[in-house]
Amino acid sequence: MRAHHAQVADVIQFSWVDGPGNRFVLFLQGCNFNCLACHNPQTIPLQTPLAKDYSVGDVLEKIRQSLPYITGVTVSGGEATVQHEFLFDLFVAIKAAPDLKHLTTFIDSNGNAEKHVWEILLPVTDGVMLDLKVLNNVKHLELTSSSNTAVLETLKFLASRGKLYEVRLLLIPGQNDSNEELRETAQWLLHVDAAVRVKINSFMTHGVRASSRAWAEVTDEDRLRYRQVLMEEGILDLA
Amino acid sequence: MTYMFTPLDDIRAMITDPKYTYRQRVAGLANLAESLLDPPPVSEECSAALEKRIICDMYEGNAPYRPRYLLPDYDVVLKNGSQFLELPPAKDLDDALAFLLIMYSQTPSITGYPVYFGDLDTLLLPYVDHVSDDELYAKLKRFWISLDRMFPDAFAHTNLSPVYNRVARTILALERELLQVVPNISLKVEPILTSNEYLLDAVSTVFACGKPHFINDEMMQQDLGHDYAAVSCYNSLKIGGGSHTLVRINLKETVLAGTGGVDEFFASTLPYYLELTAQLMESRIKFLVEESHFYTSHWLVQEGLLFLNKFSAMFGIFGLAEGVNALMEREGASDIYGHSSRADDLAYRITSTIAAWVANRPMPYCDGNDGRAFLHSQSGIDLDLDVTAGTRIPIGTEPPLFEHLKTVSRHHHLFASGISDVLSFDDTAVKNPQAVVDVIRGAFKDGMRDFTFNLDSNDFIRITGYLVRKSDLAKMPSARHGSTYLGAGSVADSHVDQRIVKRVMSHESSPRASS
Repeated sequence: MRAHHAQVADVIQFSWVDGPGNRFVLFLQGCNFNCLACHNPQTIPLQTPLAKDYSVGDVLEKIRQSLPYITGVTVSGGEATVQHEFLFDLFVAIKAAPDLKHLTTFIDSNGNAEKHVWEILLPVTDGVMLDLKVLNNVKHLELTSSSNTAVLETLKFLASRGKLYEVRLLLIPGQNDSNEELRETAQWLLHVDAAVRVKINSFMTHGVRASSRAWAEVTDEDRLRYRQVLMEEGILDLA
Repeated sequence: MTYMFTPLDDIRAMITDPKYTYRQRVAGLANLAESLLDPPPVSEECSAALEKRIICDMYEGNAPYRPRYLLPDYDVVLKNGSQFLELPPAKDLDDALAFLLIMYSQTPSITGYPVYFGDLDTLLLPYVDHVSDDELYAKLKRFWISLDRMFPDAFAHTNLSPVYNRVARTILALERELLQVVPNISLKVEPILTSNEYLLDAVSTVFACGKPHFINDEMMQQDLGHDYAAVSCYNSLKIGGGSHTLVRINLKETVLAGTGGVDEFFASTLPYYLELTAQLMESRIKFLVEESHFYTSHWLVQEGLLFLNKFSAMFGIFGLAEGVNALMEREGASDIYGHSSRADDLAYRITSTIAAWVANRPMPYCDGNDGRAFLHSQSGIDLDLDVTAGTRIPIGTEPPLFEHLKTVSRHHHLFASGISDVLSFDDTAVKNPQAVVDVIRGAFKDGMRDFTFNLDSNDFIRITGYLVRKSDLAKMPSARHGSTYLGAGSVADSHVDQRIVKRVMSHESSPRASS
């Protein structure tokens, strides 16, 4: 990978669901998980003719078009940290530009990156939204084809540095949404960060691969139960 | 002026149609009586353009005897009292609230109801120092209910000042509790004075009831001075003044009236019809000022609540989208407004040309704007078919929000007396109100004058600019707010509800303007 260039899956000028306020979102191509429930499987391979090549300057130019309207920039994916050299260069450039430095920089990540990557990124990163697919490692292997050891380490590390903005739980009926699993997850999260903010993402079959299309979608009733269980356990900040 | 009914039949219908309330009948009968008179004289060319509806007098009536929009300076009555109304100066909050209701009942207008209730937080702040929060809430609540029940017209409008204060906070809380159509509300947003907390409070109120909408205080003050307000649906005018009349030109029909392409349009067709529009205004203004004697006889003028020299008139345009698309077609191109920079540039060339023309054309009794009319992007009436309000992008063809804002905002600085776009937001906004605040602030930095959004999931829908409740539309016929009928016409005819699940229903063809 050349420095200062990235494979980009998509750019959104305005997003209201990727962190605080109205945000510019860059979706980087490539992911180091292979989730059965992935709703954007075309963003998993790092090399694909669908992706576009962007320099840091290209992205800054796009950000400037949205500038008066946004609170910040979020980099998502794919998995944002797969192209962490570019991510670092981009955030450094934002923080250095007089007209952009007021923007907050957020990463939406699956957490599957080594601690030294986060050490490098955090000085130029204001917050991280972290996906926790499932707490149980065996199940994690089943759902993502990877272990969650690095994810849990990342979560603890980000919380200790005050950079864990939000933990996102993608809940899939019958896969990771039992009351027991929800309780365990809530307790573990509260142990790491007593003020943790949790966002429930509901599994939908839209966009997913054939293998998981037969899974049930989350119903309103499920959502109500998720909220109730998590709140009972003491999660106060539930988005 | 042409009406599409015979007076006697219509008088009978107005008297016998069970869907009207008593007051709606009286106002309707007065309009019909006025329509029996000959309209103020205009040239044959002007009459022909009116016949073809290339230009339009907004059905204001054939003999204007009160200004279309007037913004009394209510503060004068509260401070000085009124001889005509035999009121002493207001001493406390109870006095102020009672006097204001009396004032509104005595304020003339086109619809029969006032279009302006004053900047109520500013007006009431001097009277609340010794009133507890609970008392303030209870008293304002009675007043707020009175506004909706006594003046049931969605064009009746109040403004909130840029600085968060007790009265404004109480008003927003009441709005969320009462969920009333009246009053319409605009919040004046100043980049520094207006706090984030205030905007978040206001945005959460929009989520509940579609109000307030947000106006660019800096831009307004530049064009209108410190004492201005937004009234009716998005007409910005001077307090103590107003607009004699609102006349509008249909840009779609203007293009179709010519035969050539872009060059011919700018060289001859457009200026020809602009001049006829101006002639129509001139004739109506002269009748109002010189024949009806409003400005010499009315007590609002005599007691210093209104000043002729703060009035101007509103020169409205509409159908920009269809006009642009038709001109592109004449040029052999398929560019569409809102979806092509070539079409968008042509649109801007049209609006800026019209703005320059209007700023150059003297207009009698328009000292409120240095002897010129104010340009206005007219947001439509219920009779408009296949033509889009003002400079908006046609409903159902709007691009994503970012492109939408970029397309429309460039026009906003040209329209001192008002322009608006209704943006439709989904429920993700509710979970991230700060994002909406960001977009509002950004839009104003980017040159928007007026920002209004509908949330798909609440009971309110903005029609051309005014609100109706979806549940009232479902109850048609028989609604307490006259404006609900206009809403029903708009929903049935121009599909403004394509932003929502379609529900309606009946059609009412009384030609009453809705701006």
